[in-house]
Formats: sequence, C-alpha cells, structure tokens
Amino acid sequence: MKWLSDSKLSHLRAVVGNPDFSGTKYAFVKELARGGMGTVYLAEDTELNRQVAIKVLSATEISDDLRRRMIREAQIIARLEHPGIVPVHDVGVLADGRVFYAMKLVRGVRLDEYAANTSSTRERLRKFQAVCDAVAFAHAHGVIHRDLKPQNIMIGSFGEVLVLDWGVAKILRDDRGPAASEADTLLLPGPDQPKPDTTSDTSQGTVIGTRQYMSPEQARGEVDRLDERSDIYSLGAVFYFLLTDQAPNDDKPRAVNPRVTKPAEAVCLKAMARDRSNRYASAAELSADVSRLLDAEPVSAYRENVYEKVSRWVSKNRFLVLLVLAYLLMRIFFIFTSRS
Amino acid sequence: MDPDTDIGGAQQRFPVTNQSAIAAARSEDHVVRQRAFDTILTSYWKPAYKYIRLKWQANNEDAKDLTQGFFANVFEKNHFANYDARKASFQTFLRTCLDGFVANERKERTRLKRGGDANHFQLDFLSAEDELAMQTSSDLSPEDYFHREWVRWMFTMSVDALRERCEASGRKIHFQLFEAYDLHDDPDSSVSYASLAKTFELEPATVNNYLAATRREFRRIVLDKLREITATDEEYRNEARSLLGVDVK
Repeated sequence: MKWLSDSKLSHLRAVVGNPDFSGTKYAFVKELARGGMGTVYLAEDTELNRQVAIKVLSATEISDDLRRRMIREAQIIARLEHPGIVPVHDVGVLADGRVFYAMKLVRGVRLDEYAANTSSTRERLRKFQAVCDAVAFAHAHGVIHRDLKPQNIMIGSFGEVLVLDWGVAKILRDDRGPAASEADTLLLPGPDQPKPDTTSDTSQGTVIGTRQYMSPEQARGEVDRLDERSDIYSLGAVFYFLLTDQAPNDDKPRAVNPRVTKPAEAVCLKAMARDRSNRYASAAELSADVSRLLDAEPVSAYRENVYEKVSRWVSKNRFLVLLVLAYLLMRIFFIFTSRS
Repeated sequence: MDPDTDIGGAQQRFPVTNQSAIAAARSEDHVVRQRAFDTILTSYWKPAYKYIRLKWQANNEDAKDLTQGFFANVFEKNHFANYDARKASFQTFLRTCLDGFVANERKERTRLKRGGDANHFQLDFLSAEDELAMQTSSDLSPEDYFHREWVRWMFTMSVDALRERCEASGRKIHFQLFEAYDLHDDPDSSVSYASLAKTFELEPATVNNYLAATRREFRRIVLDKLREITATDEEYRNEARSLLGVDVK
C-alpha cells in the first residue's frame, strides 16, 4: 500500500473525473475549464487530426427522452452557422452516460480579459457590435442564449468575436417545426448542480444564467416569459461592463465612468430596461444604435438638445469646421489688410 | 523501540457490494453490523489517527490508544446508530464524535488500556507515521486536513483494490501500465503512451485501450467505495461532485 503524494492524489482525482472517450473518435488531452454545468476539455479528433474543445455535462442521470431532445437541440444549435458563433461539430453520450458536445477550439482571450488590455472605446464598441450581430443571427433562427456575459465571449487571435457556451440556450422555435415550449431548453441537467450564481434546473420558478447579467424576468425564474428581449438585457449588461469595466450594479454607467457619453449610457440603459417592453425589440436594433455611436450619429435611445446636436455635428465634422474657420479668418485678414 | 502494531495490509477488506456501510451499521443483524463496522474502520482509521496526532498533538502511543479506543467505543455502544444524515455528513459526524471522545479521554485521564475483552484492531500505525513524516506542513484547518487525509486514504485503498482485481483476473499488465503512467512519482513527467508501448512491447493503441479500461475500473472502484462509506444518496452525490466533478446516481 503505497502512500499517495499530493500531486499523485490530484492526478488520480483528475483521472477518475476525466471523461472516458472510449467508443468515440476523441482522445483526451487535458482539462481546459470547469463550470457549474460541466467541464470543457481539450481533445484530439483522431479521425480529422485536429484539436477540439469538448464540453462534458456533469449530469449522468438523464432519461432517454431528455437525451434525445438534447441531441436534437444540439443539432439546431449546430445549424447556427455564423462567424460569431462557435460551431458545434458533434454531440454524443459517453460510456458513463454524460452528454458531450464537441466544438471548434477557439484560441484567444475572453472579452473581460480583452477589455482589461484595451482602453479604446471604439475598439470595444466594434467588438460589442459583433456580439450583437451574432446574437441577432441566433434570434433570427429562434434561439436565445440565456447566459450572455463577458466570460462567454471570446476574441480570437485575429480579432474575431465568438459567442460561446450555448449549453443553456433555449429554442423558441424550430425552423423546421412549430414553436417550441420550455421543453425545448437545450440543457436540463439534474437537480444537484452546485449553484453559486448559476443554476441549471429550468423548470418554472427557478433561474438559469449568471445573475449580474441576467434579465429581471430571468432572475425571477419566469422561464415561460423569456424571449429575445431577455438576451437584449444581457447584451446591455455586457455593454455596461465594456463602458465601465465593472459588472452591472445600481449605478448608471456615467456615475461609474464619467467619460461615458450620454448617448452611450442611454443605449445601455435602454437595453437594460427593467420592463422588457422598453428594451430594444431586437439585437439588430441594438447593433444599429451601436453602429450610430461609432459613426457619431444620433441614436434612437437618446433625444439630443440643440446644443448637443451642434456639438456632435462639430465633433463629427471637425476637419470641415476647421477649414471653414480658417477660410473665415483668412477673409477677415484680407479685409483688414486691404483697408489698411 | 517503536511498539507499533503489525499492519492489516492484505487482510483489509474491500466491499463486495456498493451499499452504504453507514446504513448497514444500524442493522439488527450482528453479522451485517460487524461487516459494516469493519468497512467504516478500514475507511476512517488512518485519517482519524493522523487527525489525532496533528490536531490533538498526541504522541504516537497516545494516538494509537485513542484511535483504538475511539473505534472500540463507537462499536461497543453502536454510536453510528445515532447518526442523523439530515444534520451533517457522516464524515463530519465521525470527526465530531472523535473530538468528543478525545476531549473526554483527556479530561478524565482515564484512557482505556485496550486488552482483555476489549476490541483490538490490527491497524498499520507504522505506515501512518511514515506518511506523517513525509507530509509537508500545510495551512489546512483540522477539518480540511481530516477530509484531505480521508480522500487520500480512500484513493490509496482504491488503488490497492484495483491491483488485486487486475491480478486476480490475469490483467497484471493493465495495472502495471496504470502504475507507470498514473502513479508515476511525477505525473507531469515525460512518460508517454509511446514510451510505455516501447517498454511493455505493445502497440500505442493497445496502451491507450488498456489504460482507458483500467481507469474506468478504477473510477468504478472509487465510486463504489464512496457509495459504501457515505450515509445517504445525497452525501454520495455531493462527495462525488466535490471529489470527481461528476454527478452520479
């Protein structure tokens, strides 16, 4: 009976906890990240000789019916072919009963890490707009994410923006069939998940997602009422983070960061309106307002006064204004010199 | 001279079922109760001994007597029958009982001298001392220390059970591969499937398959052990999630 050192013990715990990919085309490489619902592993696709990220859900105890539904829904997610959505390559069940999804391996940094190293507001706005576009695409296909937060958004090596972790997505409607019910939640794991700020039971009255980025109706567990506008709230919360470098709280963005412009704050607050009927009706609308912010155009969320209109126009046409001023000064100079 | 008792070693039993020994400890049937107690003793004596040595600063001899005395006491008085799973995990219950016992013994200075009709268990205190000597100091609380040592002991027993099973079923090479790869002194070393294939004169794919099968069996053993020494399904699931990061039935 040999004594197990701490490092051996730690290794053995990982060995026991690591997924058994026998019977699949994947070979385990290492653990990448661990979350409330499952663990993401780096694995080798032995047929295609490429590395993939595999999310293995924690729950082993699921019914055949649920397993079939999860696989069908993963297929729906897999159809979301958009450059801003991490593609699902494969879905299956491991020997121990756990469901797994094989996804493209994304190399890059999370949005929160990116923000920590990027002070340019314009760059942040561009990334956020790309997030909005990806979410708008999913919404157009009847899928809502339900757990949008900076940690679930990756900025790839070439600046590409990818929305990750569709594991708790809800299918509002299937393009191939009639509108879906709550039964069409992508993930319905067992009741014993750890619940720090994320829970996984999606029955009515319980919540799913991450509280700081979660819409009020989602936080109240009103699962049946969730629609695209719940994601809009979460997008607003992500925008709040990008404007202030803080997770949303009771303070308005300008109270946290005085450099935030009034229109930017208005866009953020409109997306995060407590009453969902006051939010943007779609992610595309939100994206359009972000685009206007980037172009120094008036946004739908904010009514400017005359002074602000002039200021924005001047700010936007600074070069033209300088030219006109220079021309006027020269004219004045010539008038005075010709008189003398 | 070190008067440590002889080891239990190969005589230590492993469960034949995955029923909870904690539940069985309440059985009316003496034989069932005895078997359950043996399982609990096997699973907890070493963490208990080390805990007494460290938390209670007991010397070697006192710790041996206190460990023996504690388990004899709980068995004779069938304290496990009082365990209420709604109040705490079994591990916490046992540790609390142990604290109470040691405090009481020290207070009254009436340490039981095991002998005569009293139960006396064959426990490998020498190995426990060797392990204590190998351990570096840590900032763990006594409770966390007890838990960590319990985990260590459970995995140690599971490794031994795996070895026995592999040898009994003519799969010695499976365990040798497992030992070489997963029980290597430095798990992050350069031992690879390829190097093992060369050493054992196997195809790399065979090494992969053997290791996968052995790990699967090891996992089953650990879970069976866990099931056996936890009191309720809930405690079992919590421990499985805490230790292995998986949800189990």
